[in-house]
Amino acid sequence: MDLRTLAELNAERAARRPAILVTDVATGEQRLVKAAAIATDSLADELGKHLRMGKSGMVEAAGKRLFLNVYAPTAKLVIIGAVHISQALAPIARSLGYDVTVVDPRTAFASPERFPDVPLIAEWPDVALPPLNVDHYTAFVALTHDPKIDDPALLHAFSRDCFYIGALGSRKTHAKRGDRLRAQGATDADIARIHAPIGLAIGAVSPAEIAVSIMAQITATLRLPAKEKEQAA
Amino acid sequence: MLDRNEDILKAAEDWHRGGHGVALATVVETWGSAPRPVGSNLVINDEGTFLGSVSGGCVEGAVVTEALDVISSGQPKMLEFGVADETAWNVGLSCGGTIRVFVEKVG
Repeated sequence: MDLRTLAELNAERAARRPAILVTDVATGEQRLVKAAAIATDSLADELGKHLRMGKSGMVEAAGKRLFLNVYAPTAKLVIIGAVHISQALAPIARSLGYDVTVVDPRTAFASPERFPDVPLIAEWPDVALPPLNVDHYTAFVALTHDPKIDDPALLHAFSRDCFYIGALGSRKTHAKRGDRLRAQGATDADIARIHAPIGLAIGAVSPAEIAVSIMAQITATLRLPAKEKEQAA
Repeated sequence: MLDRNEDILKAAEDWHRGGHGVALATVVETWGSAPRPVGSNLVINDEGTFLGSVSGGCVEGAVVTEALDVISSGQPKMLEFGVADETAWNVGLSCGGTIRVFVEKVG
């Protein structure tokens, strides 16, 4: 790998932007395809699929054996609300490889006893969220049921292009939330990005089951192609 | 996704900028129960120092030796390791898998 390619790859990784290194294993010839350039690449389909699955591997193209090495950032999960569901959700997400952070200004909820080994920020969203660098590779869930905490957090998530945004609450609760967020400048497109009621419809009852349904929905959003995603949602 | 190669590639860049010969080894194919997934990186410098892993320890020694060759020749190499291999007693994968590792020079 020439130094320029390596330096470019490291710059993309540092900026949490995915990139794929394409290597002809017979000759060592190489090129780096940044995420933004995938759609127009001659290998667009293969590259897109490998990036979505986060999977490196060998492909055959034009008589060549090419190795696609996918460098994608570690996904983050930001949980607003140190509530019962979050206690089940945080360890599930960690076992799936997510970097998890829990935010809740209510110190009685955000206690290390309730969340062993999970980074906890006992601050309001306006203080807690900016340093977290919420980005596209972030799933963002609002679970407090308290508009004073959930609403500003969701407004922050809209501005950061999170791949998944979900919020706890019934359809009725969500309709009211939509009105409040619009009054604070959110667009209809922003509101439409919220998965609410949150989670896949698996008949979840207990907090742990709801956590499973949320994590399944996040996984479906991350991995499924757009068309199948609609069916799963 | 969930790439944990984090600082390995940064180290490769820093070593090269510091005047070292550097090679990059990458797991490109696996069969059976391989200890490290496809895409895993190991970087090696001309002093034999290495970071990362391609097999969780089973064949790193052999990869480092080959990498020193690649650093001096500049020619990339494809290595294969598996229990069926004759060298398995020395540097094979105890888990019974087979892996193919691409080794290339940096710079």
